Amino acid sequence: MSTAEQAELRGAEAASVEGAGRTDLVPIFIMGKRYNVPSTLTIQKAFEFAGYQLIRGCGCRGGICGACATVYRMPGSAKIHVGLACQTIVKPNMYLAMVPFFPANRAVYDLEELKPDAQTLLKYYPELAKCMGCNTCTKSCPMDIPVMEYISAALRGEIEKAADLSFPCVMCGICASRCPAELGQYNIGIMTRRITGRHVKPRAEHLQDMIQRIESGRYEEPLKKLMTADMETLRKLYVEREMEPHTADEMWEPEIKQFL
Amino acid sequence: MGYTPDLMELIKKVDKTRPARVERKKAGIEFQALTLDERRDRLEKYHPDFRPDALRELRVGPSKGYALAQEFADAFESRSRVDPDSIHLEEVHYETDVLVIGGGGAGTAAALIAQELGAKVIIATKLRHGDANTMMAEGGMQAATKGWKDSPYYHYLDVMGGGHFENDPELVKTMVTEAPKAIGWLEQLGCMFNKRPDGKLFTLHGAGTCRKRMHYAGDMTGAEIMRTLRDETRNRIKDIGVLEFSPAVELLMDDNGMCSGAVLYNLETEEYFLVKAKAVVMATGGSGRLHVQKFMTTNHYGATGDGLVMGYRLGVGVRFLHATQYHPTGAVFPEQAEGLLITEKVRGAGANLVNIDGEQFVFEREPRDIESASIIRECTKVGKGVPVPGQPGKFGVWLDSPMIDLLEGEGTVEREFPAKYILFKRYEIDISKVPMLIYPTLHYQNGGLAYESDGSTVVPGFYAAGEVGGGVHGANRLMGNSLLDITVFGRLAGESAGKFARERGDVGKLSVDHVRKYHKELEEAGIDTDRVSPMVLPDYGNPEVRKRQWTTTYVGTLR
Ligand SMILES: Cc1cc2nc3c(=O)[nH]c(=O)nc-3n(C[C@H](O)[C@H](O)[C@H](O)COP(=O)(O)OP(=O)(O)OC[C@H]3O[C@@H](n4cnc5c(N)ncnc54)[C@H](O)[C@@H]3O)c2cc1C
Ligand code: SF4
Ligand code: SF4
Ligand code: FES
Repeated sequence: MSTAEQAELRGAEAASVEGAGRTDLVPIFIMGKRYNVPSTLTIQKAFEFAGYQLIRGCGCRGGICGACATVYRMPGSAKIHVGLACQTIVKPNMYLAMVPFFPANRAVYDLEELKPDAQTLLKYYPELAKCMGCNTCTKSCPMDIPVMEYISAALRGEIEKAADLSFPCVMCGICASRCPAELGQYNIGIMTRRITGRHVKPRAEHLQDMIQRIESGRYEEPLKKLMTADMETLRKLYVEREMEPHTADEMWEPEIKQFL
Repeated sequence: MGYTPDLMELIKKVDKTRPARVERKKAGIEFQALTLDERRDRLEKYHPDFRPDALRELRVGPSKGYALAQEFADAFESRSRVDPDSIHLEEVHYETDVLVIGGGGAGTAAALIAQELGAKVIIATKLRHGDANTMMAEGGMQAATKGWKDSPYYHYLDVMGGGHFENDPELVKTMVTEAPKAIGWLEQLGCMFNKRPDGKLFTLHGAGTCRKRMHYAGDMTGAEIMRTLRDETRNRIKDIGVLEFSPAVELLMDDNGMCSGAVLYNLETEEYFLVKAKAVVMATGGSGRLHVQKFMTTNHYGATGDGLVMGYRLGVGVRFLHATQYHPTGAVFPEQAEGLLITEKVRGAGANLVNIDGEQFVFEREPRDIESASIIRECTKVGKGVPVPGQPGKFGVWLDSPMIDLLEGEGTVEREFPAKYILFKRYEIDISKVPMLIYPTLHYQNGGLAYESDGSTVVPGFYAAGEVGGGVHGANRLMGNSLLDITVFGRLAGESAGKFARERGDVGKLSVDHVRKYHKELEEAGIDTDRVSPMVLPDYGNPEVRKRQWTTTYVGTLR
């Protein structure tokens, strides 16, 4: 019997032993090696079912931390697919590998000194100018982010647009791993977001007002009263507190202004 | 994919009762809410915390006699992962002013502030920097920032009410008065909170708030905060070093009785090494992956309560750890989404909870603990849970999301819950057309190590911040107060640790005598166990594979 045939047989056996009642095992190839796993699992859980203890490539297990970038290919096709291992369900006969780390360029900068323009970005990430518009990054983003668009927006100096477009980025690094121009798109993305948050969007004035009110000490006395109040008083104050209606306008004001 | 034929058959029963339920809702007729007495009864009978065998008294350590969940008690009543005698204390691998253990939100905030005070900092973290519960928070962050309608006074009342008035008043006062500064700091660092064109921050209500004060960044507030803080530490690479995949497993003391560093474990090479530090900030976050009472969890992979164990062995007591926060609606199907949080907003928008017969059994806007207890009751005592396919003995109930489109108009589900809509779509389940199968899930560790409002603990040089600490939320945290907690107390602990390190002279002779003492205490209490802790990573290996792992002896790092 060929090794492949034996591996298949071993799969059938596994289906009856490991699966107790599970007849739905399918073959997948983890870094080229065959394992038989339940067809309903994510790639992440399939690794564990196969016997791996994950150290790399596993963080939130919920599709937001970007630790589990995975690339795979299906037999008979040259196409490279991508996905987050914790979000992608196995497909029979997929060939896969995780890319838990990819060394992308990360500039060191002082946010206070940055300006919201293309020159600033180019100074820290000169490779930005080398983008050749191939769109591979967009095609490979598991979050369906139009990566090339945010890169071109950044290059045009449309910092806020780049920030908004790149907002859902989980920094998994797949785009960088596939980029022929060797950009670290997600690092450029977060720079545009931080510049936007710090220098483009207007500051919240009410926030500074409140900080000053607190520093003036106006809440010290009322808070001290609450902190030393007996349980009954506290409960009463709690139950009687005035509720801002769900549908209230932003500028809604309460009747009692004594403790504002 | 999609639902199994069996489930599709059962969903027909939900479809059948839906029109009448929608009509009632439209007419303003709600399912009868429980009275306060009924609530207490329901909790005592069905909430996991109240099960007779749920809690167990600790037999050793600073909180001896305190009863908490078996899984916690097991972790505390365990031996160290390393034999204290095999640690070479003279062989120090890293030296720094401040060692931060845990690269989540609290730890990273602490590192930044300590660095600003001139400290050299090392962040030692278990997985990658930022692989943390902070990354997963969606909803938002509370702070009273709008002086025309809100103030720390009202925020204080809300926090206390949420925690059943048992919270530590000093900690609560600190948190609510520091809150606007915390938001201001994040704004300064470039966090993209949702804002109006004039810069005014958007704010929403959360459960139990009397003013709209939940600030948010899209539906990924925690991720936005986490990645911004992480990005900033990378700008300060000269002063802040990050050691990834290097969890701490034990703390170090010196002969002057001050905390002086930690023993770290390189997950990849399986070797241990020492960091000597003048101050240590513990910020290891929560413990959902201990799977208290076998519940599934919303927490990240590394949430195994390590910091609790290390701090406890050092002599720091724990509080409010008896109360565990279960979120009533965690996904149970498909298996890939298990434990995943389905936000409270779905029920807020009108979706009923219904049993296998399509009947409502609880008002959908009861508090979290009541809701959870009622779901458990329906699946056990009442016996009308829906069997979870492929998982014998497991049950769930339906969260009838299609009602939302019927109540609010076609497309509402997709518009209001884009992340969950897309997620289920991937599994070929359209939650605007079919209900979700849910069950309560472990969400938050309400309590933890005892600390003061400057982050200090009873051990000099040892600070705690974030979900690993206990007191500020009492027995029940309100949504949005945790992101606030970690930012405020992370900053304060960083400040205190930075100052302490600056003023402290040289570190004395290193020691792990506290571990020896703890081992002795275990023996004296008659606890003869081969359990070791902290857990570091949960074990999701396949038991069938384990049976074939026949290695008798470890050779090198080869298993
Ligand atoms: C799904 C979800 C949604 C949430 N939504 C909200 C919300 O909307 N609003 C809100 O306020 N709160 C929310 N929370 C709660 C909140 O996110 C957390 O309580 C908070 O972020 C905890 O922060 P932390 O820094 O204390 O811990 P974490 O962010 O968990 O960081 C702890 C870090 O320590 C590391 N670590 C663990 N053990 C060790 C060790 N032995 N050595 C070294 N490092 C270690 C971990 O890997 C991790 O990186 C949510 C939580 C979850 C899980
Ligand atoms: S933009 Fe790049 S790093 Fe960000 S999610 Fe998409 S592929 Fe991953
Ligand atoms: S993959 Fe690289 S070169 Fe191609 S479009 Fe994206 S950024 Fe530009
Ligand atoms: S483990 Fe976090 S995105 Fe997959």
